[in-house]
Amino acid sequence: MKPSKSTLLWMYETMETSRRFEEIIAKIYFEGKTPAFNMTNGPIPGEMHLSNGQEPVAVGVCAHLAKGDVVTATHRSHHQAIAKGVDLNRMAAEIFGKETGLSGGRGGHMHLFDANVNFGCSGIIAQGMGPACGAALSRKLRNQAGVAVSFIGEGAANQGAFHESLNLAALWKLPVVFVIEDNGWGVSVSKESSTSVERNSVRAAGYGMPGHFVEDNDPIAIYEAAGETIARAREGKGPSLIEIETYRLAGHFMGDAEGYRPEGEKDALFAKDPIPQMSKLLLDEGHADEAAIAELQATAQRRVDEAIAFARESEYAPEEEALTSVFA
Amino acid sequence: MSEDLNTDRHLTIARSMAEAIEQQMESDPNVFVMGEDIAALGGVYGNTRGLLEKFGPERIRNTPISETAFIGATVGAAQDGMRPIVELMFVDFIGVCFDAIYNNGAKNNYFSGGQINVPMVLMTAVGGGYSDAGQHSQCLYSTFAHMPGMKVVSPSNAYDAKGLMNAAIRDDNPVIYMFHKGLQGMGWLGTEPGATVATPEDSYTIEIGKAKVVREGTDVTIVGLAMGVHDALKAADKLATTGVSAEVVDLRSLVPLDRETVIESVAKTGRLIVVDEDYNSYGVSGEIIATVTEHDISKLKASPRRVTYPDIPIPFSRHFEQFCMPNADKIVDAYQSMVKGAAVSV
Ligand SMILES: Cc1ncc(C[n+]2csc(CCOP(=O)(O)OP(=O)(O)O)c2C)c(N)n1
Repeated sequence: MKPSKSTLLWMYETMETSRRFEEIIAKIYFEGKTPAFNMTNGPIPGEMHLSNGQEPVAVGVCAHLAKGDVVTATHRSHHQAIAKGVDLNRMAAEIFGKETGLSGGRGGHMHLFDANVNFGCSGIIAQGMGPACGAALSRKLRNQAGVAVSFIGEGAANQGAFHESLNLAALWKLPVVFVIEDNGWGVSVSKESSTSVERNSVRAAGYGMPGHFVEDNDPIAIYEAAGETIARAREGKGPSLIEIETYRLAGHFMGDAEGYRPEGEKDALFAKDPIPQMSKLLLDEGHADEAAIAELQATAQRRVDEAIAFARESEYAPEEEALTSVFA
Repeated sequence: MSEDLNTDRHLTIARSMAEAIEQQMESDPNVFVMGEDIAALGGVYGNTRGLLEKFGPERIRNTPISETAFIGATVGAAQDGMRPIVELMFVDFIGVCFDAIYNNGAKNNYFSGGQINVPMVLMTAVGGGYSDAGQHSQCLYSTFAHMPGMKVVSPSNAYDAKGLMNAAIRDDNPVIYMFHKGLQGMGWLGTEPGATVATPEDSYTIEIGKAKVVREGTDVTIVGLAMGVHDALKAADKLATTGVSAEVVDLRSLVPLDRETVIESVAKTGRLIVVDEDYNSYGVSGEIIATVTEHDISKLKASPRRVTYPDIPIPFSRHFEQFCMPNADKIVDAYQSMVKGAAVSV
């Protein structure tokens, strides 16, 4: 099913929000880290994994999800969080480690949790997959509506948890969809040199579930594949696997010299940047004119600016607060 | 720490680890390395840098993100007569693959009645302090030290790092080699300059299971390992300005544990502080204190203290994390409260 006009506009605005959010985060990340790069320093310390380039996956999938549906995400989750409707102000504050953050600064960028929209992350590869099965099981056992979506990278398809989760989900016919964001790289290791099959979607057959492959980061095709598989899950017909060819425009984390990329790869990827492609599509197909596009961009920018200002202005919690929240 | 060395070649721990591995690989074709990003990238922490160029991709093997399989494969290759080295990128990831280590690698020598040896090295990065939060900052020293059948080492400087790596590779048992990210010499993580020390080029070993007194003193013994040693040395400097003479013991190995060196030192000073970046409870600090008190409690002039990580997941926010980390000031405070006889709150 093709996305409606309003869905298309939402997809574009959300992609813009995610991109603009990360552009500002990337800039702030380097504050205090120049001339010598030391990730300990600056207003946003620690590792930083950007998702720019991968926005189509997040919006194509999350366009089909309601607040009550569950998403488990990874170390690279800004785009997914934004598309799932995580509170952007509190998300920004969390990335800064502030008291007003989603978790009061305990989790940071790699551990974003927003219970209001059933969103959570794990920094351990493939460890969102079991919990996604569990959320789906919970809905099924209690006869409650809702599906779970587990986002992973293609590197995660070589983890034990991937294979065990696919089997479990198919065996129990769980309402869960596994989404592989295949950006071709696991840190410095290419997919070709780490994966025994050319396409991870074929692995679905080994577990008795449908496997879909979406080429070339195409937001519309992603929307369609996600729509079909999520509807199937909602109808009680069981899980699916979707493999999406997408592109990581940045390094694995900020500070990554990316010496492992073949020459010219980055330029080729930037030439396929999905954001201008999406705005072109809206224009070409008559869903929006230049003014409408500019307005969507301005709305995205306003939200981002507001979130960053909120984060900057927020305070750090008193340090003894670190010791709280270990137990319920 | 380097005064006994006839070299002014200062290496980082990363380079000294790579050099030890290189020399072992040159002399023994059974030594090879596996792990994530260890080949062209040279390891996220630089400790396999240059090895791919020298030994090629058969012996310097990038792996998929499949720790269960490739650490299991390390156990199997070791049992089959090779001396594999495997890198677990962060110790925190042990959760996905622990079985290969603690139920198989660590037990097969025993279960086979000594027929089968498991001469492998698992090298893994530990430690926090750079806001990477609790899935990427733990030490987990005692998790490994607790389970029988594995030797466990953690160097505080490049000289020890090289000698311990050589010993680990030559050892006929599984050795867990825990290197602290903050000592590695990678500037992007922040680094403790005291870990970069004179390191001879010729191959040498440091016996696993031998602690070292790295600073002599008479009033208090401060025991630590890895980053804890540097915190202890800084605390000793501060204490010295107030006329207190602190002795610092670098454990270097946790299994076997050099209990004698600790006992001897405390017999001299009568006071004990243990520094440990691992969680407070059920850990190295408790083991060291129990060792001393079980042996002869009458040697103690004051109840021992520990400066450790609280029993909470490691938070992201910098000021939360720094509030929780051991440091020199906390060690000095521990000494002062100890001599005052203040009760330790539980
Ligand atoms: C179990 C486990 N092993 C290793 C890592 C270290 N690590 C973090 S991200 C990453 C690469 C992941 O690649 P992929 O799944 O393709 O996701 P991407 O980073 O490309 O989004 C690795 C190896 C980890 N976090 N967890």
